[in-house]
Amino acid sequence: MTNSYLAPTVGVTAIPLREVLPWLIFAGLICLLGVYFVGAEQGATAIFKGMYIHEFVHDSRHLLGFPCH
Amino acid sequence: MTTGSLLWRGMIVGFVAAILSFGLLKTVGEPAVDRAIAFETAMDEAKAKAEHDAAVAKGENPPAVEQEEELVSRPVQGGIGLFTGVTVYNVAFGGLFALAFAILYGRMGDYSPRASAALIAISGFIAVYVVPILKYPANPPSVGNPDTIGLRTAIYFGMLLLSLASMIAAWNVRNRLVDQLGAWDATLVGGAVYLVAVVAFALAMPPLNEVPDGFPAVVLWQFRMASLGAQAIMWTVLGLGFGVWVERVLAPVKQGRLRTA
Repeated sequence: MTNSYLAPTVGVTAIPLREVLPWLIFAGLICLLGVYFVGAEQGATAIFKGMYIHEFVHDSRHLLGFPCH
Repeated sequence: MTTGSLLWRGMIVGFVAAILSFGLLKTVGEPAVDRAIAFETAMDEAKAKAEHDAAVAKGENPPAVEQEEELVSRPVQGGIGLFTGVTVYNVAFGGLFALAFAILYGRMGDYSPRASAALIAISGFIAVYVVPILKYPANPPSVGNPDTIGLRTAIYFGMLLLSLASMIAAWNVRNRLVDQLGAWDATLVGGAVYLVAVVAFALAMPPLNEVPDGFPAVVLWQFRMASLGAQAIMWTVLGLGFGVWVERVLAPVKQGRLRTA
């Protein structure tokens, strides 16, 4: 195969799942927690007492499409 | 290329998206929020005045006017509060996007990093935002009964999860049929699967309309367009920005390797 100097290598190699999994669990949880605090904390459910977080992110909660009040 | 290095790239691209989204929401979204709050205030004042007049007419002492204390002032809500919320949301979605990419790249089909990111972004935008808000649209302040917040939150996230699950199922159907039908027809079948599923779910989920009588339609439209625009910015920046950045590091050799002999 002297003429096949340009081998059609497929550049798509999936990342092994066991490499992704720890990141998925920890980073995924933290990211979801971030979305939760913007989207739902001190609304339908609350981790912290009071309304300060709700009121602080109030406008973004409305504008990002989450139910509010 | 490890997941970690994808993750921080996704979050940085998310931060860029946050700044652009904030620009749109501040200029287009905030005026609608202010007008909605003005409507709410006018309604509350009219109600208080009616109660006051009714009490006076009966010869009773008028009820004391309750002053609602502001926990966070309007300028803070519409400024640093909005920026913080939008930033946390966009950076978090940048991270989630990177994690989805780490799983799906090389598994969703034989796509380059750039194409994979673009396809994930389009699918995500439709499944996570567009379809859920077609059933349960974003609402400005003064729309929504505080007593139903539990129900509304549950059905909103329920619709979101059903939509996302339908999208994953549709992609699986598409990829199973691609050898048999070819890319075009398999994609059409996948799209049809998603469409039928979400229409069925949307019909099955409870209806909801808490827009008060007399609420200005223009304000509602402007508010919802600002919301849509911010999400379109986020998913576009993630899909294109993350894709280009990762393409450079993930697939530096595009055409193949130079082989001798």
